Amino acid sequence: MTWGVSKLTVRFGHTVALSNVSMEFEPGTVHAVVGGDGAGKTTLLRIAAGIGLPHEGSVHLPGPGRISYVPPDGGVFADLTVDENMQFIADAYKLADWQARADELLDRSAIAEFGGRLAGKLSGGQRRKLAGSMGLLPMPDLLVLDEVTTGVDPVSRMDLWRLIAAAAAGGAAVLVATSYLDEAERAGRVLLLHDGAVLASGSPDEVRAAMKGTVTDVAEPEDPATAWRMGRRWRQWLPDGVSGGPVTLEDVAIVSELQTNRGAR
Amino acid sequence: MKAMILKEFRQMRRDRRTVALMVGLPVMMLIIFGYAARFDVTEIKTAALGPGASVVESSLDPAFNVVVTDPSGDATIAKELLRDSKAAVAIVTGPQINVYVDGTELFLAQSAMRRTNSLPSNANVEVLFNPELSTSAVMVPSLIGMILLFLGTVITSLGVVREREQGTLEQLAVTPLRPVDVIVGKIAPYFLVAVIDMAVVTIVGVFLFNVPFRGSFLMYSAFALVYLFVVLGLGVLISTVSKSQGEAIQLAIMVLLPQVMLSGMIFPLSSMAAGVRWIGYLLPLTYFVTGMRGVFLKGSSFGALAMPLMLLTLMAVVIFSLAVLRFRRDLAPKQAETEPELAPGAAA
Repeated sequence: MTWGVSKLTVRFGHTVALSNVSMEFEPGTVHAVVGGDGAGKTTLLRIAAGIGLPHEGSVHLPGPGRISYVPPDGGVFADLTVDENMQFIADAYKLADWQARADELLDRSAIAEFGGRLAGKLSGGQRRKLAGSMGLLPMPDLLVLDEVTTGVDPVSRMDLWRLIAAAAAGGAAVLVATSYLDEAERAGRVLLLHDGAVLASGSPDEVRAAMKGTVTDVAEPEDPATAWRMGRRWRQWLPDGVSGGPVTLEDVAIVSELQTNRGAR
Repeated sequence: MKAMILKEFRQMRRDRRTVALMVGLPVMMLIIFGYAARFDVTEIKTAALGPGASVVESSLDPAFNVVVTDPSGDATIAKELLRDSKAAVAIVTGPQINVYVDGTELFLAQSAMRRTNSLPSNANVEVLFNPELSTSAVMVPSLIGMILLFLGTVITSLGVVREREQGTLEQLAVTPLRPVDVIVGKIAPYFLVAVIDMAVVTIVGVFLFNVPFRGSFLMYSAFALVYLFVVLGLGVLISTVSKSQGEAIQLAIMVLLPQVMLSGMIFPLSSMAAGVRWIGYLLPLTYFVTGMRGVFLKGSSFGALAMPLMLLTLMAVVIFSLAVLRFRRDLAPKQAETEPELAPGAAA
């Protein structure tokens, strides 16, 4: 069964937060929603989690209790211990024989040793991993993770992506919003948002292939308006180029915004 | 320094609740202390009974406002009138003039006692229900109301708002828990703690402060149950309109303060200016205080307390229903009117 949203439009007053956005959530697949600040990622994920309603468009989601949602901030009960947080989720979802799975998830998240610690006393990364583990515990059909890796150290991000991959391997459709383009490379499907509109969507390869022109490494920019810093060197977009070095999703995102901004001007 | 002052003014201007508190609180205090907080009682509801009722009525100090004149009345009727709060002072004329004063209204009773010089010199004055005019006897039953109000509005609202601040309220909405599970599950612990608090204060009041318990336990329980729904409803209602714990506390103060000052708990309602007194009549604590004083000190009949209980029940139904509906709305999917609030570093 494939879940998804179709032709969503959401407005905040006169601001259009989402415009005609469609996305399918395939079981066993990680879907990354990427975009800059204010792109519409959280708005889309709230609708996907069933807690937000669009002004226009349709939503097709799993039934009650088959969705897990990790909000962008917190998502853990700070006054409960790690173990108590897991137990609450198990009770709320009426899970049987959940303890072994909870232990496994906490172990994979490298927070098993903090079982008796209050969630509020965990580090930011540990809290996000606990939130992720809580999301995975009920083995949902649709797992919605909003900025779960934001502000998290690289090792914890790796732990979290291990959890995300495990959830997809278990058959869940996973929807992850992230600002980190390198993370989106790990997803099976990518939706690139800018100002509420879809700039590109598909598999990472399809998204890369759809980009106009190519991007190449240069020591000095040929056209500063279409170049950007990457470490000590520059990345230069060549709108009419056909062969350059390997193109990343970050290149695609930047080029898409450049094109959009050019269009706007 | 200029930058700091400018920043503070900008923040203050955008924090409408704080501005409302800064402007509203002084106005509220002014009204309370200007019109309500009066120790000088100028009107004492009085009953004149017995054959000389009319004669006594005409010779009384103007503060004694005679609301009942009954030439055939006697001491039993006088005590009933006081028990049912129809009068604060009852004068029974006859060969011996007996004056009965309701001791549950402390300032009113003290004022009445001071003015007894307008009565014939052979008058026998007796204070009923609280003969020693003990402050604790009057305050303990009222304190139950204040403690429950504090617990209900402040603690409950903080508990619910904390969920919103931690981003767990929406997470709860996604779980298979029904809204009713979340609402009842959220309120039940506070309800239980409030019941225990109430029992502790009652036991301490009765056994440590020797506050009499003359009324029916059933009536006590009925008032307690209904009042708990009112205060927990207020707490949930406050939480549904507050985004942070700070906002909830601000709002709780605005709800608490007038109740404590205008409910008749400290200052008698009859000494307040008429306009302010009406605010008191709209507050739940007013009826709870009346009920508790009636149950503890007077042993009032069901008939005498039926009206405050009924009004309190009406408030409970309205406030609790409103609170549940608003809380339910918080848990239900909704169209956003403003952008979702973001964590630092998170993007919409």
